[in-house]
Amino acid sequence: MSLTADEVNKIAHLARLGIDKQDVAAYANDLSGMLDLMTRMSEVNTDDVEPMAHPMDQAQRLRVDKVTELNHREAFQAIAPQVEAGLYLVPKVIE
Amino acid sequence: MHNKTLAELSLGLQAKTYSSVELTQLFLDRINQHQQLNAYITVTPELAMAQAKVADQRLANGTADLLTGIPIAQKDIFCTQDVMTTCGSKMLANFSAPYNATVVDKFNQAGAIMLGKLNMDEFAMGSSNETSYFGAVRNPWNLNSVPGGSSGGSAAAVSARLAACATGTDTGGSIRQPAALCGITGLKPTYGRVSRYGMIAYASSLDQGGPMTRNAEDAAIVLQTMAGFDEKDSTSVDVPVPDYRAGLNKSLAGLKIGLPKEFFGEGLDENVAATLATAFDEYRRLGAEIIDITMPNLKLAIPAYYVIAPAECSANLSRFDGVRYGYRCENPVDLTDLYTRSRGEGFGKEVKRRILMGTYALSTGYYDAYYLKAQKIRRLISEDFKTALASVDVIMGPVTPSTAFGIGEKIDDPIAMYLSDIYTIAINLAGVPAMSIPAGFVAGMPVGLQLIGDYFSEDRLLNIAHQYQQVTDWHNFIPTGFE
Repeated sequence: MSLTADEVNKIAHLARLGIDKQDVAAYANDLSGMLDLMTRMSEVNTDDVEPMAHPMDQAQRLRVDKVTELNHREAFQAIAPQVEAGLYLVPKVIE
Repeated sequence: MHNKTLAELSLGLQAKTYSSVELTQLFLDRINQHQQLNAYITVTPELAMAQAKVADQRLANGTADLLTGIPIAQKDIFCTQDVMTTCGSKMLANFSAPYNATVVDKFNQAGAIMLGKLNMDEFAMGSSNETSYFGAVRNPWNLNSVPGGSSGGSAAAVSARLAACATGTDTGGSIRQPAALCGITGLKPTYGRVSRYGMIAYASSLDQGGPMTRNAEDAAIVLQTMAGFDEKDSTSVDVPVPDYRAGLNKSLAGLKIGLPKEFFGEGLDENVAATLATAFDEYRRLGAEIIDITMPNLKLAIPAYYVIAPAECSANLSRFDGVRYGYRCENPVDLTDLYTRSRGEGFGKEVKRRILMGTYALSTGYYDAYYLKAQKIRRLISEDFKTALASVDVIMGPVTPSTAFGIGEKIDDPIAMYLSDIYTIAINLAGVPAMSIPAGFVAGMPVGLQLIGDYFSEDRLLNIAHQYQQVTDWHNFIPTGFE
């Protein structure tokens, strides 16, 4: 199976991932190679096999519903690219 | 002094033969002397010396642990408060974590000294350490060869004696493969055995941290500190931690070793195969019985892994958006441009390749064909391990198809790079523990032997590795120039 440059650009957009124009063909080639590798999975019939998401097959652990985390807003915002008045700044979204 | 094992150094510290300050200075000097390896991304001499002074007090007042005063280094994937945590990426080149990983806290409580943060493939995606934003790491056994990856800095540092031990993480072989290629001992514990809190996620259902050390006894000591239930990690497993050193000296008489025929077929270098054959003879002499087994679904591990790991990576790495932390592009025109360019400029090629693959596999119309199919294959692989481990005590095989390859040799051929993980990936899919131990050399380069056990059988694996290391010397060889 092979992917086209258009498909690569579409996937990159879904991932909000900028890729250089001159690299698109190489990504298309690499991803196609990976997909070829994956076609081997179809050699095995898995109709009655239960999918496995987690090695331990365990349910999500629950905890008591009480506050455990303290407020670390200042520490967290100290490492942000741009903040003002306790808020994270991004380019204007609403005109 | 630097050639002593961690266990020996611990005895020396407790006997006051040398102080932690002296030992720490020695390792800091060695790091300085051997910068050509590029094993460290960040060295923390002030922090290390301050910790060493505290450790010496603990050693003096009798409150020392086995790791108190021992100079160690952390893979730069573990978050460290007030020390840079880059994960080998431009995306986090300026990132100082607001908290410590649980593993880091545990080493701190034990009184270990942190020398610095070790180089790695970007976001742990790679098998050669060449995808690091901070440059390739060199293999101490041959400076033109890769150390393996993604924990390449960790393996090189322990092999070259630039730290008494190191941490690593293993998603598809990232502890075992570099351990094998650099001639050290590496242990990937059972999934859930070591807390992932503060360990930057690549593929959450596969990632597991573990020790990278000179020998099995050291791995037992280090795992003792790293292992244990952690409420802060929702996939941490609440199983008691045994005393890992207590069982090291058990006899191997009657041990049943399974050799899956799928591990010894086409693709395995014949010199590596011959080296492993001598290791199996050694185990026979120790009283073990070698049994041929078959694990028919192992061949599907690579395709399943390269669906599941990229799928989880595409979700995990969506958090790097240029808003809350990490790299942000200059002058974004709108929000989409901010996300797209920050991620486009902050991530390297291999990371992008895997994000694209994962996004595709999870996108509408392809989920069943790729992700669901891969999860079903994962079940089949896991059942192969269960079946095999019901009839044998341990599975053995190669870690890598060949010894370390050259820097630059595979970096432009991602598929060839992926295929080099053929013997390690299935273990992560199943979640069982596995080790790599030094088993000899081919043309001067180390060969690793892989030991794979049942869930939570780390104590047994360490025992099996330790007994081999009592009758062999491969783990004591030192690369030329680093004696």
